[in-house]
Amino acid sequence: MIKRIDKDISRFQKIVRGKVKKNLKKYITRGELIGKKGKDFVSIPIDQVNIPRFRFSSKKSGGVGQGEGSVGTPIGKGDSQDGAGGAGDAAGKHILEVDVPLDELAAMLGEELELPNIEPKGQKNISSKKDKYTGISDSGPESLKHFKRTYKRALKRQIMAQAYNQKNPIIIPIKEDKRYRTWRTTIQPESIALIIYMMDVSGSMGDEQKEIVRTQSFWVDTWLNHQYENIETRYVIHDAIAREVDRDTFYHTRESGGTIISSAYKLTAKIIEERYNPSEWNIYLFHFSDGDNWGEIDTDECVNVLQEKLLPNINLFCYGQVESPYGSGQFIRDLEDHLTDEEKMVLSEIPDKESIYKSIKEFLGKGK
Amino acid sequence: MDLPLELEKHREKIMGYALDFNLDFYDTIFEIVEFDQLNEIASYGGFPTRYPHWRFGMEYEELSKGYEYGLQKIYELVINTDPCYAYLMKSNKIVDQKLVMAHVYGHCDFFKNNLWFSKTNRKMMDQMANHATVIRRHVEKYGPDVVEDFIEVCLSLENLIDQHLPFIKREGNGADNQIEEPESFRLKSKAYMDSFINPKDAIEKQKQLAQEKRDVEKQKFPQQPERDVLKFLINNAPLEKWQADILSIVRDEAYYFCPQGQTKIMNEGWASYWHSRMMTEKILDDSEVIDYADHHSGTVATSPGQLNPYKLGIELFRDIEDRWNKGKFGKDYDDCDNWEVKNKWNKDTGLGQKKIFEVRTLYNDLMFIDAFLTREFCVEQNLFVYQYNDRSDFYEISDREFNGVKQKLLNSLTNFGQPFIYVQDGNYLNRGELYLLHQHEGIDLQSNEAKDTLENIFKIWNRPVHIETFLDEAQMLFSFNGTEHSEIELE
Repeated sequence: MIKRIDKDISRFQKIVRGKVKKNLKKYITRGELIGKKGKDFVSIPIDQVNIPRFRFSSKKSGGVGQGEGSVGTPIGKGDSQDGAGGAGDAAGKHILEVDVPLDELAAMLGEELELPNIEPKGQKNISSKKDKYTGISDSGPESLKHFKRTYKRALKRQIMAQAYNQKNPIIIPIKEDKRYRTWRTTIQPESIALIIYMMDVSGSMGDEQKEIVRTQSFWVDTWLNHQYENIETRYVIHDAIAREVDRDTFYHTRESGGTIISSAYKLTAKIIEERYNPSEWNIYLFHFSDGDNWGEIDTDECVNVLQEKLLPNINLFCYGQVESPYGSGQFIRDLEDHLTDEEKMVLSEIPDKESIYKSIKEFLGKGK
Repeated sequence: MDLPLELEKHREKIMGYALDFNLDFYDTIFEIVEFDQLNEIASYGGFPTRYPHWRFGMEYEELSKGYEYGLQKIYELVINTDPCYAYLMKSNKIVDQKLVMAHVYGHCDFFKNNLWFSKTNRKMMDQMANHATVIRRHVEKYGPDVVEDFIEVCLSLENLIDQHLPFIKREGNGADNQIEEPESFRLKSKAYMDSFINPKDAIEKQKQLAQEKRDVEKQKFPQQPERDVLKFLINNAPLEKWQADILSIVRDEAYYFCPQGQTKIMNEGWASYWHSRMMTEKILDDSEVIDYADHHSGTVATSPGQLNPYKLGIELFRDIEDRWNKGKFGKDYDDCDNWEVKNKWNKDTGLGQKKIFEVRTLYNDLMFIDAFLTREFCVEQNLFVYQYNDRSDFYEISDREFNGVKQKLLNSLTNFGQPFIYVQDGNYLNRGELYLLHQHEGIDLQSNEAKDTLENIFKIWNRPVHIETFLDEAQMLFSFNGTEHSEIELE
């Protein structure tokens, strides 16, 4: 039944979405959403959609309460947002948390940043398998036994054999009675994508830099998830050597060693070679570093790996250079010099949180 | 939906008990609804048909989230109309339904008999539906966004009404405007002395002064500060017809809901008093006692940070009944300073019932607290004042003294907890700017919201708007000129 209120609810939701959208830039640069991510939804805290009034400030006014306690006993935490207090009707003001589907958030992001939709690589669509129960057979694993049918057959057999006693209805299925569910596997074409995040965890990368990486990758994830049905993500950290890690380690590791970027590129090339067939996967590489590589020889090595092994096989390679007080920031210029006109490569500098916005646009603005 | 047979039987009985207790109410129609319907009706302020607006949707979202998470549940909803409509939630237990019905009859009696409700429109159901129709028509013509935005602007000024207006009868232009007779300047004198006591040129001079004063007065606009800001805007702001319609509708509805804000404590207290008496004296059977007690104690539960109007109301009514039954009132009692004697005071006056019925007829919350909140009651009920402490960022208990508590409580109820705001000048600086005055009584306005509200008034007035108030003990003038805000400290 359609309720009368539905229209008002949808108006309200529209306003809320509008608010989220309006403040999207703020959300993008702050990264406060990352902790709020559910499976399909992200909870976004927004200031209450409040109709402003001339009213008393409750911090100044206080109120009357009831209960135990002597003078000075605290009774409630001060809200950083001013709550509505007062006698009679002291409904505290709360921050609204609205659940926005991730898909919708991505769509907003796309609209805000004017991101083009991604064209998955041509014939490289892979098929995903889906199992569906379609029929009944007389053999199969016990776990798929069709209980009702099995007992029906057993009952029939026992009645025919006159072994059925109405007063004491015990039915025991024998092997011939048993029926099992069977399934058929259907194959559906689907485009799939692989994201590999690489990050420099050498001593020169500080917490602030990591926060930037984290925020940026959240939005990259959100966008790519919106574009592909199926995504796998791999994480690679490196200082002088590279290793593949899980997500948690990726964000929380800090090493003290030097930086050899080529190690990460080599490892990535290996991962792709061994596990992900580039003709099936849409591959995205993101690398974040402060741009302080160990010597020119290694930089040449990096360019080599990129040119020979990586770039031919992937959709996009994005290099984001954060700024750190220790880094020389040379690497981005080297890449630029060596790999001019490389279609699949995006270079972006992210000196501070404010630049995340611009940088995401650069990363994803190619529609690859 | 009509009540099922079983509930209908209970209803009849409960109505009988209510009448036996001398409650007096309009016909009361109960309907039984699902929780989502109840939430819907509640979001619409109890009325099935309201104009379209997102804030009702917001209300609904909050209610239904609260219900889903098991945080809150509406038990009872009753509307002040004739006949009264009340809603029962289908999934409630029978004992809960009984309690709610008893409670509702308490409310209905209050609606019908309390003086402050006497001016409300009892056909509000139709009126609201008419409002909805008018607004829908405007929506069709001007588009949903424009109309909705304007409604929001109006709602933001909803509280700027004069709660006593329905009770003021103004005759003609009011006595203030009558032109004073020149005779009134004359001093009394015998005829032969008159030319000495009332010399001619002195009289002339007086007249002239009076005339000048009148001229100044006449130029004032409004002549006297206007409490009903909404009315002033409707009459004087450059509004289009549809805008004036909407502003009037919002004002009408604000006046309708006003008595409910004025009598929250009494109304809930009265209804709780009666459900408690009817349930325990007449209705409950043995198997229901625990469930009833559980529900009732939930209703009157207290938490330190806020005052429960149900609790305060029911306790005050019981206290009044007790005092008037025992004769604990009047000069003798008040003058007695022996605590022992006072405590055991009992003159068997037996006036309790009569008194509480009188109170429910004549008082509103402000008067109720002022007249009947006693020192003893304050101690017994553990009342205290809390304040925000900057240093700890906590609200803390700041005072347990009777005078402090009572004063705070009265302050929070004055003007139903809203600041006093007047239109001081509709032609400020002779430039058609609007000058509002916040009559500051110790509590500052929430300044960020005040600024947003100014912007909304600007949308109606279309010329710069100002409000004079105090902020941290400095007299301030907040202004908005359509593009930017300014604050100046007044001398």
